[in-house]
Amino acid sequence: MSGEEWGPRIRRIVLEESMRAGLGHIGSCLSVADLIGAVYRGVLRAEGPRDADRDRFILSKGHAALALYAALFLRGWLGCEQLARYGADDSPLGSHPHHAVAGIDFSTGSLGQGPGFGAGAALAARMLRSSRRVFVLVSDAECNAGALWEAVMFAAHHRLANLVVLIDANGQQALGATEEILSLAPLAERWRAFGWHVCEVDGHDEAALIETLRALPSDSGPPHALVAQTVFGKGVSFMERSLRWHYEPMTPSEYRNALAELEAAA
Amino acid sequence: MRTLEELAERDPRLVLLTGDLGYSVLESFAKRFPDRFVNVGVAEQNLLAVATGLAEAGFLPFVYSIASFAALRPYEFIRNGPVHHRLPVRILGVGGGFEYGTAGASHHGLEDLGAMRLLPDLIVLAPADAEQASAALRATWDLPDPLYLRLGKDEHARVAGLTGRFRLGRAEQLATGDELLLVTAGAVAVEVAAARAQLAERGVSAGLLVAASLQPAPRDDLAAALDAHRVALVVESHYAVGGLGSLVAEVAAERGLGCRVVRHGVCGRADAVMGSSAHLLRAHRLDRIGIAETAWALARGGR
Repeated sequence: MSGEEWGPRIRRIVLEESMRAGLGHIGSCLSVADLIGAVYRGVLRAEGPRDADRDRFILSKGHAALALYAALFLRGWLGCEQLARYGADDSPLGSHPHHAVAGIDFSTGSLGQGPGFGAGAALAARMLRSSRRVFVLVSDAECNAGALWEAVMFAAHHRLANLVVLIDANGQQALGATEEILSLAPLAERWRAFGWHVCEVDGHDEAALIETLRALPSDSGPPHALVAQTVFGKGVSFMERSLRWHYEPMTPSEYRNALAELEAAA
Repeated sequence: MRTLEELAERDPRLVLLTGDLGYSVLESFAKRFPDRFVNVGVAEQNLLAVATGLAEAGFLPFVYSIASFAALRPYEFIRNGPVHHRLPVRILGVGGGFEYGTAGASHHGLEDLGAMRLLPDLIVLAPADAEQASAALRATWDLPDPLYLRLGKDEHARVAGLTGRFRLGRAEQLATGDELLLVTAGAVAVEVAAARAQLAERGVSAGLLVAASLQPAPRDDLAAALDAHRVALVVESHYAVGGLGSLVAEVAAERGLGCRVVRHGVCGRADAVMGSSAHLLRAHRLDRIGIAETAWALARGGR
């Protein structure tokens, strides 16, 4: 795998394909670009997207699907032509992921369901005596959902060390700031109190994320949560922390400006 | 449960999960297969989520809870998990209808079959007695599609003449009759069979069809039986909306059959009456006497 970071490349694909498809959820995709880049570039073990003993990845915050498609593309599991049909009629690439796509382990879109799927997948790995790991990416607001905490308790009770939940802590949810809508603080403490090993990390430092994720013990001990501090809309100044980009597609001039910012940063 | 243990003996993929229910029912499995038994706690959503994750990895997860809890609390997990992923999760909902009697309305399963029947490619079964439930498990345990099975509580009750017959997508005709057709599924079938005997004593000749496979639906068997009768009474311990009665009415309407279909289930809110299972069946005219009277009125009374 190359040493070049994938986060910036994922961001560029997110802008290009969102523009072409005329779809939103751009801010969420930019928020998780480095997290998904870290997992797919440097951590996820799989001989291919259908390798039965592959590590599993569950994008529980399914609305960031395009960032995942970009990573599958960079990994070589998704073709250019397929990617170019994001959001098109009869394309399997919708704005939430569907398991019919090779490399999508679980369909998601209804928040709060991924951690339970992941706990089952991690338990299965243990029962099969497989060393594979399971990664679940959740949003911080997803921690509003009660079902998520059922899975959190379950994984801690069964000491599923092979389960890693990455929390995209961008502090924003569909109608405003998480702290104003349903306070999550202290988020890391809550996960710790439920028996998880918790790391608080910079969700935009891809290299450090890879290092952290690789170092987590997966054979014994508690499950792992990475509370990743992120910026909603990261990398495009006028999208950062702006609720509008949870929903709206770009105009052509916004697209040009956004791309120019990414290029200037690179 | 004995059948499940036999199947688990045969196939190491079979695992059993419970939402902290099954006292005096699951112990034997848990003792025999401790590595394949998981109590997820009082967490039915996670019960279905974990089963989905296990099934994706190649296991055959059976999940166990009371019918109302198994079907309703995790409904969206059933939909987005096993159904959308087409994974072989088996949901065993024990004690549908009023089988949990005095436990009250929270424990009564009056919507499970209708709710499950809405989900495409989910196999939905309501065996009439334990022998048929065992046959249904044997017929379906390793199919690729997910499954919901309403499991009766009484292991000893038997529907006379059924003798454990079960075919997926088929109905079992236990008796033929001239004046009306009784169609049923689930544990209330025992009452329906008894009602039929009472009707016979009063000179009313009724056919009896057990349609335990609600999905895939025994459309041809239902149509053939309906076609041979002027009127059919569909009896179920379930709300009259959405379950077997609705299914039979759909078949009659879609096939343009002349047979009148009357649904005999629970009408309106059912949480006002308290009491034993037998009392609740009586209160909703779903005991043998209530069923026989309703059927008699239909066959002879013109209503």
